[in-house]
Amino acid sequence: MLKIDQTCYDQLRRHGEDAYPHECCGVLLGRLEDDDQRLVTAVERAGNTRTDSPQNRYNIDPRELIAIQRQARERGLDIVGFYHSHPDHPARWSSTDLADAHWLGCSYVITRVEKGQARETNSFLLVGGEEADKSFQDEPMQVAARITETKTPA
Amino acid sequence: MRIHIPTPLRQYAGKKASIDVQADNVGQALSALTSTYPDLRRHLYTDEGKLRAFVNVYLNDEDIRYLHKESTPVNENDSLSIVPSIAGGSCACCCPCRMNA
Repeated sequence: MLKIDQTCYDQLRRHGEDAYPHECCGVLLGRLEDDDQRLVTAVERAGNTRTDSPQNRYNIDPRELIAIQRQARERGLDIVGFYHSHPDHPARWSSTDLADAHWLGCSYVITRVEKGQARETNSFLLVGGEEADKSFQDEPMQVAARITETKTPA
Repeated sequence: MRIHIPTPLRQYAGKKASIDVQADNVGQALSALTSTYPDLRRHLYTDEGKLRAFVNVYLNDEDIRYLHKESTPVNENDSLSIVPSIAGGSCACCCPCRMNA
């Protein structure tokens, strides 16, 4: 289960609209609960470095991710997943999405952006013990009015 | 020096977000890490013992591939970040892959 703050949900969908007709991408920050629930209390936009094919590819610069991770740590947050958009394509994972997904146990949220308007948003959990047996599972998503950040910074 | 462990690998590292090791270079640091947590090894390295292509290792803010790779010297105030790559895309225009319906 992915439980995401309403503001965060709106932000990632708006990012998809802002980036259209290109794919947007970003990071879901929050915490992992013991019951395998991921709580998202913040999202961070990232740049799409795939300037060669931004309409159907995305890539986040690891250096940018490290900076996001550092700031998240100071707030007591962890990376719990990522989001990106599919301009004029379904909010379902593609073969490319699976092949390039390596954060096992994290959520991958995809928004279909049709003619510049955000439509469906779905979440998929990357499961498996290692690369060879990884797969995406449909993940229920609950949008909550407000999720508080309660954990003490590390 | 401190090694930052990404979320998906923490289950193989005692659920720790960061681990301090003593090392003179990046290779020694990673070796110390995988010696303490051997389950990490298969997630970081291929069967041939090379770092997996999707595993980025950054010394502070620099990709070790553009430094001296695993021979890159380190000091105790450095931090090493292990960052699996983040990429993908709808990929629906010109290749044989299909969207998962």
